[in-house]
Amino acid sequence: MNRYLLPLGVFAVLVGFFFVGLNLNPREVPSPLIGKPAPAFELPLLHAPEKTFSQKEMLGKPWVLNVWASWCPPCLVEHPVVTALAKSGVAPVVGLNYKDAREDALPWLKRNGDPFQFSVYDAAGRIAIDYGVYGVPETYVIDRRGLIRYKHIGPLTPEFARDKLTPLLQELNRAG
Amino acid sequence: MRASLALWLVLCLAPLAPRAAEDPALDKRVAGLAHELRCLVCQNQTLADSNAPLAVDLRNQIREQLKGGASEREVIDFMVARYGDFVLYRPPFKASTLALWLGPFLLLALGALLLVRRLLRRRAPEPPLSEAERARAAKLLE
Repeated sequence: MNRYLLPLGVFAVLVGFFFVGLNLNPREVPSPLIGKPAPAFELPLLHAPEKTFSQKEMLGKPWVLNVWASWCPPCLVEHPVVTALAKSGVAPVVGLNYKDAREDALPWLKRNGDPFQFSVYDAAGRIAIDYGVYGVPETYVIDRRGLIRYKHIGPLTPEFARDKLTPLLQELNRAG
Repeated sequence: MRASLALWLVLCLAPLAPRAAEDPALDKRVAGLAHELRCLVCQNQTLADSNAPLAVDLRNQIREQLKGGASEREVIDFMVARYGDFVLYRPPFKASTLALWLGPFLLLALGALLLVRRLLRRRAPEPPLSEAERARAAKLLE
């Protein structure tokens, strides 16, 4: 009896490791930027190339930065969620239009609705590199001091927006 | 027909032809770094192997920075600051990776220990037979 105990124990430990390991999503790489200041940028607006926006202008209030592109199907999937989040008014939602062309991005917004306060235009994707973007869509929550508090990779789901994103933004709104 | 085939071949092979190398030493450094860094889009490829748009951008980024006088260390730090330790194909040796680096050696030592114990036990000499046992054995062998 005893001689079976050791292999059985080893097996149980392995099953434990696999159970945890296989439930992790390899696509969700923890960002080293959490708790760090949002990387500085100054980019032209998608709608108005002559105007620019810098992340500094948002200091003093929590906000959401959503990285999207017209060529990205999952962005279309999460679009209703982003729209609902923006409509709820819990925080301003700014778009970062990633490696896109104006003549594709603008009709995309017209077709699907534009939930963003405005979108900035990062045609070369250089600012997205500073934010560690590697899979559009990505969503950043930035607090009033300009620190990145959360990063979500992949499309937002209604459940995630309801259970995680909105409560976090409400909490950041309350915090001094 | 033959001309169009030739054209087709040229078009197909064009991407394989090396670009006019302005600076082979720089190319080598870029390639060296690109082989050390992971492409986060297709996670089991290096930046050098991947043709994902992000990998192309990051290779250009490496080239630009090296050209601007950055050291290999600085480029790696730049990538780690944005994408985390996961971009490194060789994980750093630190508290959170201790089990990763030392685990295999611990398991090896444990295995060796068990093996040695087992071998020693097997080699232990048989206890000598008593007079009565010897007589019984002889009887059985008859």
